[in-house]
Amino acid sequence: MAQIELSAIRKSFDGTDVLKGIDFRIEDGEFISLVGPSGCGKSTLLRVIAGLEPQNSGEVRIDGRPVDGIRPSARNLAMVFQSYALYPHLNTFDNIAVPLRMRRLSAIERLPLLGAVLPGRRAKERHIRNDVEAIAEQLDIAPLLRRKPGQLSGGQRQRVAVGRAMVREPRAFLFDEPLSNLDAKLRVHMRAELAELHRRLKATFVYVTHDQAEAMTMSSRIAVMMDGELIQAGTPAEIYNDPEDIRVAEFIGSPKINILPGRIRKDGGVDVLGTALKLSCRAAAGDCRVGVRPERIDLGAGPFSGTVVHLENLGAEAFVHLAIEGSGLRLIARLADVRHLPGMASSVTFGFAPDAVRIFDPAGKRIELKVEQPERVREPAHV
Amino acid sequence: MSNAHPIPFRAILRHVLLIAGAAIMLAPFIWMISTASKPQTEIFSSELHLIPHQFALAENLREAFAKANLLRFLLNGVIVTVSIFLLQVMVALPAAYALAKLRFLGRETMFALVLFGILIPPQATAVPVFLLLHKAGLLDSYAALVLPFTISVFGIFLMRQFFKTVPDDLVDAARMDGISEFGIVWRVMLPAAIPAVTAFGIFSVVAHWNDYFWPLIVLNSEHLRTPPLAVAHFRNNEAGTSYGPLMAAAMVIIAPLVIAFLFAQRRFIEGITLTGIK
Ligand SMILES: Nc1ncnc2c1ncn2[C@@H]1O[C@H](COP(=O)(O)OP(=O)(O)OP(=O)(O)O)[C@@H](O)[C@H]1O
Ligand SMILES: [Mg+2]
Repeated sequence: MAQIELSAIRKSFDGTDVLKGIDFRIEDGEFISLVGPSGCGKSTLLRVIAGLEPQNSGEVRIDGRPVDGIRPSARNLAMVFQSYALYPHLNTFDNIAVPLRMRRLSAIERLPLLGAVLPGRRAKERHIRNDVEAIAEQLDIAPLLRRKPGQLSGGQRQRVAVGRAMVREPRAFLFDEPLSNLDAKLRVHMRAELAELHRRLKATFVYVTHDQAEAMTMSSRIAVMMDGELIQAGTPAEIYNDPEDIRVAEFIGSPKINILPGRIRKDGGVDVLGTALKLSCRAAAGDCRVGVRPERIDLGAGPFSGTVVHLENLGAEAFVHLAIEGSGLRLIARLADVRHLPGMASSVTFGFAPDAVRIFDPAGKRIELKVEQPERVREPAHV
Repeated sequence: MSNAHPIPFRAILRHVLLIAGAAIMLAPFIWMISTASKPQTEIFSSELHLIPHQFALAENLREAFAKANLLRFLLNGVIVTVSIFLLQVMVALPAAYALAKLRFLGRETMFALVLFGILIPPQATAVPVFLLLHKAGLLDSYAALVLPFTISVFGIFLMRQFFKTVPDDLVDAARMDGISEFGIVWRVMLPAAIPAVTAFGIFSVVAHWNDYFWPLIVLNSEHLRTPPLAVAHFRNNEAGTSYGPLMAAAMVIIAPLVIAFLFAQRRFIEGITLTGIK
């Protein structure tokens, strides 16, 4: 069980900055997901925490103690790799036993032939066997202990890799996209298993993924990384509903959030597509970008209109792609009720509630909004 | 179905050429076996025949073993080639691991030097190495036969290329599990690289078992002779070369390689495909 603190972590490869000053604190027992587009430095950050990659500057502290310069194994963290990284020449049992043998047996006891005849070896091997078998039992891989990794399916390999991580009872688990090599169905299944494992072990999990469904469903907190910076961390709901940066808003959520060009007037009101919204803000007048999630777009009523250009009916829900009249803009609306789909090329009106709107300044930072209507109603009452 | 595939002219030509090539390659061996089976009188008779009229293989073998301590020479061959191979592996694997998986200043330069080293023929360095061994007082010993070959740049190159294909994650997983860097070489990389090590072993053993040049230079004592020198001994020492026993001895010394090849044929071919070297 561990708390991990990162302060001002910087890392560059051959002159290119990959991590640009990461400050972050992972609480004890948390399930934290690191998400972000490919190449944003997620794996690098995880490897810095693990000690596999030394940072150029900054400090990593585990349980308050700096671990810089401490070897990966001495940090007592376990890592599960995307490729599972099982030892191909060892069977499942030996794969899981490696960390225990490395820790519990002396160098002489590990020697191939001589080691086996040393007096203490027998008892230690028996303990190791018990521990490995207990883990195998928990992970449902007991029948596979004699097989080599080459004879296992992807899901089974995944489990063996998790077993190898669990067996040493590490202070924290680091996962680097552990499910990305599995097919969609197995992925959903393993997702539930990992979440269950986290609840059972109550250990700190740091989980790298670029699959937002994994991040949203499993984690207690999500940290979104972009271009080597950590731009927002929060619960899945916070990240989804209150993105502080337009890149977070666009990265989380599928289909993507709709972004429309808007304008902040001198009086603080907000116009979008030439229509005033019932909102105000304190920001300076100028251009802004207005984001509305597809499920918050109400079709059939509202000040805007568009033409249906594409329909995606998924059975339980449908996505309607609209081309907004008078501009080249497209947006996507989610329809929960697939029985009343608009026809292709038909014209529909749409709108959205003021509290569905998130606006961002040209640099992409979130602008705080005041929803006007309730204020006006309330104002006279106070006076 | 009636008209069978016409056998294309090119295919016939190809096979004729291959058979001719094989015949040329095999001729000396067939001649060796033939001569080893003939009594002295038939060897020197003017008529040309492969199958001896009178089989004398047993007598020739007996004479070969009587005249020279062939078993001792074979043992020397085993000691020298096995020592060379083991030492080469002990040097090449850690070096190849460092060149393939560790990041340090000057790594590319080092690797360039290794490549450069492959280009230098052993004969070019023979004289300096000979002088070095002389100064160290090691001439005419097993050490003189083994030490100059312990660092095989070809081995380092071959293993480095193979280690490049081992995923980095595997190395990192080993580090997380607490295996030291040397431990990674022997416990993770070596088992993963068995095909490459086998291929290298075949090249190394064949080259040093058959090496005539170097043992000839550094050896004086008869009891240290390696198999190729032993054969030469038949030619030089006797008043008039006795070809029958000589060919029988030659048969004996190539036998271990032939037998090993038959056992490891698959591996041998794998190894050649692996290295892309003929
Ligand atoms: N060993 C290395 N040498 C040079 N550059 C590297 C090295 N490792 C990573 N990089 C670079 O650092 C950047 C971040 O890589 P990283 O692997 O952390 O990305 P990621 O967020 O994990 O991406 P993905 O989702 O594709 O796994 C990339 O541009 C990558 O090219
Ligand atoms: Mg990655």
